[in-house]
Amino acid sequence: MNKAAAYLPGSEIQRVQSGAVWVGISGFSLCLLGAYWNRVQFFHSYLFAFLFWTGIALGCLAIMMLHHLTAGAWGMVIRRLLESGSKTLALMAFLFVPLIFGLRSIYSWTQPIQLPSQQLEYLNIPFFIARAALYFLIWLWIVYLLGRWSQEQERGEGSRLLRKMRLLSGPGLVLYGLTASFAAIDWIMSLEPHWYSTIFGLLVIGGQVLSAMAFVIVALVLLAARQPLVGIVQPRHFHDLGKLLLAFVMIWAYLAFSQLLIIWSGNLTEEIPWYLHRWQGGWLWIGILLIVFHFALPFFLLLSRDLKRSGKTLAILAMFLLLMRAMDLFWLVVPGFSPERFRIHWMDVAASIGVGGLWLAFFIWQLKKRSLLPVGDPQLPPALERTHE
Amino acid sequence: MPKARTKSPIYGLLAEFDTPAALLVAAGHVREKGYRRMDAYTPFPVEGLAALLGFRYTRVPLITLIGGIFGGLAGYALQYWISAVNYPINVGGRPLHSWPSFIPVTFELSILGAALAAVLGMLALNGLPMPYHPVFHIPRFALASRDRFFLCIESSDSKFDRQETRHFLESLGPRDISDVPY
Repeated sequence: MNKAAAYLPGSEIQRVQSGAVWVGISGFSLCLLGAYWNRVQFFHSYLFAFLFWTGIALGCLAIMMLHHLTAGAWGMVIRRLLESGSKTLALMAFLFVPLIFGLRSIYSWTQPIQLPSQQLEYLNIPFFIARAALYFLIWLWIVYLLGRWSQEQERGEGSRLLRKMRLLSGPGLVLYGLTASFAAIDWIMSLEPHWYSTIFGLLVIGGQVLSAMAFVIVALVLLAARQPLVGIVQPRHFHDLGKLLLAFVMIWAYLAFSQLLIIWSGNLTEEIPWYLHRWQGGWLWIGILLIVFHFALPFFLLLSRDLKRSGKTLAILAMFLLLMRAMDLFWLVVPGFSPERFRIHWMDVAASIGVGGLWLAFFIWQLKKRSLLPVGDPQLPPALERTHE
Repeated sequence: MPKARTKSPIYGLLAEFDTPAALLVAAGHVREKGYRRMDAYTPFPVEGLAALLGFRYTRVPLITLIGGIFGGLAGYALQYWISAVNYPINVGGRPLHSWPSFIPVTFELSILGAALAAVLGMLALNGLPMPYHPVFHIPRFALASRDRFFLCIESSDSKFDRQETRHFLESLGPRDISDVPY
């Protein structure tokens, strides 16, 4: 009995993958051309693109471990998407290398500036690179183990492997929380090295998980409309994913507002410049747009049961949220380069599309290798049962 | 409805079935015939029954939303009135109307308003707690919590006619039919 073959993706996915490769290569070529004229801008744009797509990959890893710990039908239908998404971390580790050559163009602490000496013991190029290598090693190690056990499931012994995956996912989530926080501090917060916020790591993690959930919903809706998944994914699955999307929108808003409230209440000269940089010259408008379109609008729309149960409307909203995620990340990163003056460069867009194309191609490459549903998992049959509501 | 009361001095007709399948078939026929005001009583949820009984969306979500908005507005207004109007205090030179510090309480009161509205709205719409219901007059109705399945066509239905409806119910093969007095 080979059930695995029954859920292999159709041939259409091949075309999408080739398209993604070409988009990726075109975007990269454009950026390399731009780098010839404006090296500094290239690295700024590339950092943004790298952070956005790495965020989706990390969010996939976090949701996957969350599901191994908690179970539920919602996670069974997106398990392969989460696995493929987290496997793109291998690509992102490779794409981190160009950043090493641009650290001096990106981070002000690489230049002789006024910083406490203890801070410079942490913020220096060798240690920065060593830490990044450690983060990727930890992430890839978890991805490798979970991926291998998931593959073994297809050959039987599903429940024993479930236990192994659960045992790794608990400590794995703790490791993810620590490494992703430190990565957020290293890669984003240190852009403005005088500033610090203890909630910042969580804020970035919340954004990563939201990005990943939005991406996975879009991908699932596209796949569910085609063979072999037609009629398999039910409204109740979309309903659950929509509820999680709403929860993640609220967590993001809660963390983003908490940071503002704490810094605003403290009113300290070390802390408030970060917001002052984002309070004028056009950045304020981005902030207001974020409140309205990253929180208020999706929040009220996601309250609707009908919207969550229809894959199509949910996917449109998820797509919109992905755009808002990019805008939020832009608002976190770019004012570090251009405080008090809004600026967007064509290379910001080209780099995001370039990295995104390669990312998507890698994602599809991983996805098409195996069945679209985790067939060996004993939790799958009950997850696909038609239940009365 | 006083008019319906004079026309048919009973609450409705209660038919008793042995199996959930028989109840489902009967409910389907009753719905096809055009009856709308009816209810079923079963020991456990029966799949597909809700659709046949014409369950529609309730207004509880709307009431909850209104309760939430009202709670939030009230929470914000209370803080504004306290901090800026009734007892203004200068805190570290911040404006009296410092909206960021009002948000947590506004949020909490939105939740409180929504939760209270949801519970009270649900109780108001479903009429619980209900210590008295006409079907309690039928002694056999106690079996509804054991192994029997009941379908009640209420006399407030515009198609209800004591004789005709009883004949129609009999044609569906129930175990028993009872008049339910008020």
